[in-house]
Amino acid sequence: MSDVLLKLDHVGVRFGGLKAVDDVSLNVKRGERRAIIGPNGAGKTTLFNAITGINPATSGQVIFEGRDVTRAQPHARAAFGMSRTFQITNLFPTLTVEQNMQIALRGLSPQKFSFFGSSDFTADERQKAEGALAISRLNSRAQTLVRELSYGEQRQLEMAMTLATGPRLLLLDEPAAGLAPSERIIVSDVIRSLPSDITVVLIEHDMDLVLSLVDWVTCLNNGRFLAEGAPADIRNNSDIQDVYLGRRHHA
Amino acid sequence: MSMLGSLSASNLDSPRSRKGLLLSLALGALALVILPMILPGYQISIVTQILIFALLAMSIDVLAGYAGRTSLGHGAIFGLSTYVAIYWSTTMGGHIWVGLLLGIVAATILAAIFAILAIRTSGVYFLLLTLALGMIVWGVCQRWTSVTGGENGMRGAGRPAFLIDHAHFYFAVLLIIIPVTWSLWRLVHSPFGWALRGIRDSESRMRSLGYNVQLHLFIAFVLSGFYAGIAGALYAVFNDFVSPSTVQLSLSVSGLLMAITGGIGTLLGSFVGAAAITSLENIVSIFTERWPSVLGLTFIFIMIFAPEGIVGRVQLLLARKHQQS
Repeated sequence: MSDVLLKLDHVGVRFGGLKAVDDVSLNVKRGERRAIIGPNGAGKTTLFNAITGINPATSGQVIFEGRDVTRAQPHARAAFGMSRTFQITNLFPTLTVEQNMQIALRGLSPQKFSFFGSSDFTADERQKAEGALAISRLNSRAQTLVRELSYGEQRQLEMAMTLATGPRLLLLDEPAAGLAPSERIIVSDVIRSLPSDITVVLIEHDMDLVLSLVDWVTCLNNGRFLAEGAPADIRNNSDIQDVYLGRRHHA
Repeated sequence: MSMLGSLSASNLDSPRSRKGLLLSLALGALALVILPMILPGYQISIVTQILIFALLAMSIDVLAGYAGRTSLGHGAIFGLSTYVAIYWSTTMGGHIWVGLLLGIVAATILAAIFAILAIRTSGVYFLLLTLALGMIVWGVCQRWTSVTGGENGMRGAGRPAFLIDHAHFYFAVLLIIIPVTWSLWRLVHSPFGWALRGIRDSESRMRSLGYNVQLHLFIAFVLSGFYAGIAGALYAVFNDFVSPSTVQLSLSVSGLLMAITGGIGTLLGSFVGAAAITSLENIVSIFTERWPSVLGLTFIFIMIFAPEGIVGRVQLLLARKHQQS
């Protein structure tokens, strides 16, 4: 039991009459790389929002490190060690990369309530920021305004910011969406080089990318659990091919 | 109105602009010290008024420019402080200094009440909610005649003897405004101030980074009310009279216009905005009684040609010039 980091127990999310996520259960082990796949509207992002608390689950339980966090506020879950990126880039565009990192780093430190103190990095903070920027390959861009970064670099910064606070669970919502092929390679390299003690759950549409990155795949369809398995099994699963990879008929 | 926040130029932290900032600060400070020596008494009191309104405008800017929450309730917070200070020193016969402190405390408590109700909202809802809360305060001041004097207002007990001279009072206000402004400057450049900018740009991101957004907004609102309360208390000594017009919506609007004219999200722009609007008011009212119309037109003009405000505009031009060279 102790090696299960994240446990979803019959989780449902209902918006009025619509069941966006319906009775999904899964266990993610510590250190695992897990993908959640499924066609558009399968409920992947809604499930993420239930895990991180942006739209809490309306039924079932979300258990993180043995603690029931189903009703916890998003900022409380962040303090427990969850961190996420967003499907649509969600940064502070008028600030520099470094200032974005400062805000990210202080999210979990009492420093955020320093009213009259300096906003410069402390030595410890600088080290953490540089470490996270190095993993995301952005260290040369620290002084650049975020709105002047390329889209790919903004996605890399998203990762750096989520890594900064040393999370134990990293949730990546379509980290490669909208990227050029060369930028995808960078992002997948970044994901591959994440420290192995961080558990990663990611949503991704690009099957080739996702199946090369993870060791276990969960497939959703219409808000419900459809299948799960190792990447090789998923490739050959006919149910999944029907709902998700159905485009093979093109050939 | 949340677009106001995104216009702010937040490049004040690079070394080159810091140099320019120090230079303009030095010039501004010099002007503030020399002005009362060359101006006649009445005009000194106008400059005093500019300082007081600049503080009100800065308190609004902390929320509007940094946290992206535009308040129309700060006139009421300011005016409550004025009411309490004057009530204490006249009706209660208390000491004026205690009255000022009580005024600031009352303003801070009122801001906390406003904050509890308003921080759940943003954009135009925040604007309307703070406006409505301010109107309630105005209504109470208007109707609670036995305490507030209703429409007639209340006359103060007079300034202490050493502050009666216009120049003396001016320097006393300046001595308070300078450290208060410095503390506001530290506030918006502290980690807390950066968190407010983060909330302005993306609340969902801040939540998932571990920030309790509502708590931050609550604290920001209360602190902002505290500063508006200081301005209101100074105004009690300055004006020595208070009536419902001091808590009226038009004061909130003027304060906001000053912050916008100077440059929302620039903090010190509030001094420029307060000077521009107050001077314009004094000049225009020599020629016409239609000051509000002129103010309205001025505001439209600013929104079209320099929505980032005077200081914001200058910063942008300087940044562009620097890029070209």
